[in-house]
Amino acid sequence: MTGTTSGGGLHLPGYLREPAEARTPLAFPGYRSTALRAPLRTPVDLPQRLTEVTGPVLGEDRVLPHDADLTLRRGGEALGQRILVHGRVLDSDGRPVPDALVEVWQANAAGRYRHVVDNWPAPLDPHFDGLGRVVTDSLGRYEFMTIKPGAYPWGNHHNAWRPAHIHFSLFGRAFTQRLVTQMYFPDDPLFGQDPIFNAIPAAARHRAISRFSLDRTQDNWALAFEWDIVLRGSEQTPFETDDDGDVA
Amino acid sequence: MTADPLDVPPDPADPFQPRSGQRGSGFLTGPLRLGTTPSATVGPYLAIGLTWPDGEWAAAEGTAGGFWIRGRVVDGAGDVVPDAMVETWQADPDGRFPSPEDPRGPSSYPGFRGYARAQTRTGEFAVFTLKPGRVPDGGGGLQAPHVDVSVFARGLLDRVVTRIYFADEAQANAEDAVLRALPEDRRGTLLATPAEDGYRFDIHLQGDRETVFFAV
Repeated sequence: MTGTTSGGGLHLPGYLREPAEARTPLAFPGYRSTALRAPLRTPVDLPQRLTEVTGPVLGEDRVLPHDADLTLRRGGEALGQRILVHGRVLDSDGRPVPDALVEVWQANAAGRYRHVVDNWPAPLDPHFDGLGRVVTDSLGRYEFMTIKPGAYPWGNHHNAWRPAHIHFSLFGRAFTQRLVTQMYFPDDPLFGQDPIFNAIPAAARHRAISRFSLDRTQDNWALAFEWDIVLRGSEQTPFETDDDGDVA
Repeated sequence: MTADPLDVPPDPADPFQPRSGQRGSGFLTGPLRLGTTPSATVGPYLAIGLTWPDGEWAAAEGTAGGFWIRGRVVDGAGDVVPDAMVETWQADPDGRFPSPEDPRGPSSYPGFRGYARAQTRTGEFAVFTLKPGRVPDGGGGLQAPHVDVSVFARGLLDRVVTRIYFADEAQANAEDAVLRALPEDRRGTLLATPAEDGYRFDIHLQGDRETVFFAV
């Protein structure tokens, strides 16, 4: 990993700084809540020093065995289409991120969150609270059983509906790698009208969409969806190229 | 899997396409990279997934020298944001981190986690912690005591990052390379001020007093 030598001869990793056009912008005009919340000034570059390249150790002690199955809560089965969501947590160098806490939350099959500010007229499910936690294994793999979340209206504009999604929160190894995001499902007809999905630069949107996985679909039990999550890896300088694009 | 270079986006107008007059070399011009997963807002229901009973304790209750950092998150209309989450990460009082990524070796300061998360449902966040020690700045000097902060909220499509410094560390602050690089009239937005049981640090997302936010 490339890095800089810090005071006292410390060799620190440098984490990839992606160009703004490859990242979700903080503000997006179609998403109204950003207007008064997204900062207006250009952020100041912060050198990556010890505080930025370290991060908390949050592992197995934060997770209980039943946290990986959202379909069995309060002594009964959640309603809806049972799905296995699985994948790997990697960095942009392709290295697995092991022992990493993955926190997920979602709406129920009817598109209702178990939260006081969600009061649209869709039913709550007594056996679904919408919270899951898992830790990645030594190869960076994670999986949890849940039900497919429903779409829901959210008042951003007339007839605004969120595509079905699951919220993910990840830490990685370092403060620089912290990520909160949303996983979508393939071919959702609601993508076109959703400003939160469309705020993602077009070239990166497909990275937010899971794929159907027949391999992991469980006969007579549950469909499977696969989604790999890529955190920032090492900062690397591209090779010099000449005008023809050849390696110089 | 979404691996480059096979991860060719479907958009024909995208920057991966060769510019006119340019031919490809047939060779990779850089190391194999995976595209990073784009961020998204935590939305209004973050309390479902991100609430921890011990979230606010970066240092265990009763740890000697412990204090609270309390503050509001304020939007561009001057209104308090009641559905944000503030996360903090910092060194222990000896300037070491409870992290295997610290090249000096992980610290094991008694009762110290270094990380806290707190929501703003009551109008304020509050984290209980210890004063961080000074950490090398990479240029042969020491940074002033500081806490790295991430703020997440509905209406923020990515986290925003800032730092807490301490107003009662005037000499260390005057030597700090990050603070010194800021315009003088904006440094104050990063200073936590002494309060009854610790410090106060308000975060202004917009406005005349917009907090200095960092790209890391």
